Parts: sequence; C-alpha cells; structure tokens
Amino acid sequence: MTSVAMEYGIVLAALLFSLGLIGIMLRRNLIFVLLSLEIMLNAAGLAFIVAGARWASTDGQIMFIFILAVAAAEVAVGLALILQHYRRYNTLDADLASKMRG
Amino acid sequence: MTTVFYIASAIALLSTIMVITRYNAVHALLYLVVSFVSIALIFFVLGAPFIAVLEVIIYAGAIMVLFLFVIMMLNLGEVAVQKEKEWLPKQMWIGPGILSGILFVLIVYTLFQGEPQWAIVDMIGPAEVGAELFGPYIIAVQLAGLMLLAGLIAATLFGKRVKFKEKKEKEDS
Repeated sequence: MTSVAMEYGIVLAALLFSLGLIGIMLRRNLIFVLLSLEIMLNAAGLAFIVAGARWASTDGQIMFIFILAVAAAEVAVGLALILQHYRRYNTLDADLASKMRG
Repeated sequence: MTTVFYIASAIALLSTIMVITRYNAVHALLYLVVSFVSIALIFFVLGAPFIAVLEVIIYAGAIMVLFLFVIMMLNLGEVAVQKEKEWLPKQMWIGPGILSGILFVLIVYTLFQGEPQWAIVDMIGPAEVGAELFGPYIIAVQLAGLMLLAGLIAATLFGKRVKFKEKKEKEDS
C-alpha cells in the first residue's frame, strides 16, 4: 500500500511527547497538566503503532489498546483528585497541593 | 497517502502547540480533539484502521467529554482565564522549552544513526488484533480489566463530597 519512513513517524511521536513534557513542566493549572499527560500517553501509543507498521505485527496495536485502558483509568482517578483539590482550595493551582497531610 | 501522513502530522503538531498555550481550558480541549482526530488519520494511513476508530471513539469521544464534564462542574469563568494569564508569563517558556528541546534532539540523533527503515504498510484489521488479543495476551486483558475496576473504585471514593467536609469541621473545631 503506502510507504512512510519509520523515522518520520517516530520523530512525530517524539515531538508530540516533548510538547506534552513542556506542558507538564510549565502549566500550574491541574487540568492542563492532565491534558499534557494525555498528549504524552498518546505520543507513546503512536510510537508503538509506527513500530508495529514497520514490522507488520499486531503487537503494536495491542500495546496501544493497553495504553488506552491505562489512559482511561488515569483520567478517571486524576479528574476525581482535581475535583477534591478544587473543593478544598477553591482553585486549580497545583502549587497548593504541596502539604502532604491527610 | 504519504502526503496525507505529512499534512496530518503538521495539523497534529500545530493543534498540540495550541493546546499547551491556551489560557481557556475549553479552547484547549477543542484543539486537543482536532489533534486526536488527525492522529487517528495517521493511524489509518499506517494500516491500523481498528486503532484509528478506537482513537476517535475513546480518546476524542469519551475521555475528552469526561474533561468537559469536569470543567463544566468546576464552572470556571473569565476570572480563571485572567488568573491563568498571571500564572504563565512569557519568560516561563524558556527553561522547560530548552530542556525538552535537548531531549528531542537526542532522540532524533539516536534515531538517525542507522540505516533508514522503510515501513511497507500492510493493513492489519480488527480480526487479527482480536485473535492475538484474546489468544496470547489474555492475561494482560484480564489485568487491564482489574486495573479499570480499581480506577472505578478510586474515582468513586475520591469523588465523594461528604467525607471531606466532616473532616474539615473536625479540624476547625
């Protein structure tokens, strides 16, 4: 069918991953931190799909399905934590969550 | 089809940049949906139609709608956008940008050390993926189910409102 150099796919995944990393380091709003985590997980999945296409193997797609499950569970827990944080401090500032008291 | 790959990756990169630079959370979400749809197109070009469909349904559909629900529950308005502008001055971009840029250059450097690898793409449909998933990977599927159950329990526990208020009253008194 088509042929795309594997390196370009991996470079795209690396770029998306770097953008997500910048977002995590930069933003203080917890919702944006969680969005950046989603970007990074998705970039990792893209790398799996590209490698799976290179070796014509189903394993890449199966790993993507597992990454999808991890992302869904992480978002559910993360958003519940964000709600709890917002109720306690009435803001989404991540710097306030540095006290570590139960 | 190769042109489709390049155009879709350009759209994905641009919309991801827009995601991490927006002040308004809803705008960022909409850009992220665009990014996910273009990545789904890339999956389709790379011969993974099943994953492309999953990307649209679960990532762009379910997970983004979950984010939207939470943003609507928090009811953030103009004030939140103003605060976000305060938190994000222009010079904040320098440090993380340089660090991530170095990491990216390292990945690209190690990637282009060897011979270029050409991906000759065959279509791998849902039937092959499903046979493999419920064959050798069945234990991993069950573990993923357990993890989702644990996530569900944790989310319901953290989402409770009552427990925390009682605790705060105790602290106050």
